[in-house]
Amino acid sequence: MPTRLHPALIGVAGLVFVFFVGPLVIVLGAALSDTTYLTFPPQGLSLRWFENIFAIDAFRRTMLTSLQVAFLSTFLALMIGIPAAYAMSRHRVHLPGCLSTLFVLPVLVPELVVGFSLLKNVAFQLHAPIFLSLVIGHTILILPYAIRVVSASLAQFDFSIEEAAISLGSPRLKTFFTVLLPNIRSGIIAAFILAFITSINDVSISIFLTGPGLSTLPIQLLAHMEQFFDPTVASVSVLLMGLTVVVMAVVERTLGLTFLAK
Amino acid sequence: MGLSARARYSRGQFAGQALVLPAVLLVLVGLVLPVGATLSATFGAPGGPLSAYDAFFASGFRRTVLLRTVSVALTVTTIAVVLGFCTAYVVSRAPGWLKSILIIAAVFPLLTGVVVRSFAWLVILGKNGILNDALMGLGLIEQPLSLLYTPGAVVVAMVYLFVPLMILTLVGVLDAIPDELIQASASLGASPMATFTQVILPLAVPGLIVGAVLVFTGSFTAYATPQLLGGEQVMMMGTLMYQQAMVTFDWVSASTIAAIMMVVTLGIVAVMNSAARRLNPMAS
Repeated sequence: MPTRLHPALIGVAGLVFVFFVGPLVIVLGAALSDTTYLTFPPQGLSLRWFENIFAIDAFRRTMLTSLQVAFLSTFLALMIGIPAAYAMSRHRVHLPGCLSTLFVLPVLVPELVVGFSLLKNVAFQLHAPIFLSLVIGHTILILPYAIRVVSASLAQFDFSIEEAAISLGSPRLKTFFTVLLPNIRSGIIAAFILAFITSINDVSISIFLTGPGLSTLPIQLLAHMEQFFDPTVASVSVLLMGLTVVVMAVVERTLGLTFLAK
Repeated sequence: MGLSARARYSRGQFAGQALVLPAVLLVLVGLVLPVGATLSATFGAPGGPLSAYDAFFASGFRRTVLLRTVSVALTVTTIAVVLGFCTAYVVSRAPGWLKSILIIAAVFPLLTGVVVRSFAWLVILGKNGILNDALMGLGLIEQPLSLLYTPGAVVVAMVYLFVPLMILTLVGVLDAIPDELIQASASLGASPMATFTQVILPLAVPGLIVGAVLVFTGSFTAYATPQLLGGEQVMMMGTLMYQQAMVTFDWVSASTIAAIMMVVTLGIVAVMNSAARRLNPMAS
């Protein structure tokens, strides 16, 4: 039998959820408005501000950069994170205990500090291309997510299946690709999509590693907002919310959204 | 096969270590070394090892920014803890279908970028924003209020940013409390209020601490929200660091701000971690 909740508590929770959803509904409404200024409720319905996104060269360009950086860094983070998660979840392999601390550093160290340090000490001092520094920054940012999600699905994996394949004569590497990877596929998909959206949304690392020549979508949005107050930003926001919906659907199908509440 | 068990074992060890090597190298080369260089540069200022810090604390403006950042982060954390705990409790006791919807409603803003979520408040709090329109429409005010570029605007937007995180952290913790414990408390005569304050709250303390640390460090080091809703008037550590690094190109000063941010963030994490261990009634 569920415990009875105090009505005041339910009231507070209700208001909190209105507080969650309200602002996003307002952005959606503002994006659909036919006016040249931001307003809510929308006056007249139109999709012209969505067309305007693609008419503005800076948005087209930065969207492309954001996608490139997100795909590249997510791919790298998985290529690096999956083997690491695999090695750490196999109990017979002895690894130094400080590894888990090392892999939470990207979460502990403020992103702004990481971004600034990459700019100062990698891009400037070592003359690394800024795009490379940006990809390194994003890969580091999402590596802990990749390791954590893949580790969670490895924890569900029965390693005796792998041992059975090996003892039946399957080479280790082949076993990894044909037995282990297919079994943790849903975890890898979830890790990919969570890492991807984290990269797409990042501001604090990217802000130092972008400039007039190279910028990402959120940084361009910030710059646009400080100068103009038209519904284009609202339209881009709605596109990004659409991406969030896709991400949530994928996470629900793979890990289940309750995974995020752990 | 010719390989002894021992040789196979040590080969396995070697392979295991080789598998983590790329990740270790990435974090070392991309984070530990660059951040270490930033921190060590703060001690190499011409005026002596601590002169960069003396300069920071000698400036009244920068001291104000630091104090403001601490007070905004504390305010946001306090509000997020109270709202987050009440809401997470309701979510964790909700029937299955409603619970799923509520979790979706909390995850959605979390996965939506910080720029989009801050932008929403720009639309609400702006001079010609929705709130001012509504208040003028109701005849409550004559002139639009200046709501943007105030600490209040930054606090509201940051609470919006971090409450979902708090809720999701706490729902996991509250779900782990066995129902039998709550039923036992009720059957032994405790009122629902007493059960809440004497059984559930103490068990949720470790989760509250984890959530509070996430919210405090997140608000203390935020950039996009204070930039958009606070601007020059409500400068915080993140926006000050960006301004020093990219507008005035004073990299020693920016590095000093980075170091202070690191000390505060890691200090809070360390202190709260040990507090969480000591206060966990389930431990020991």
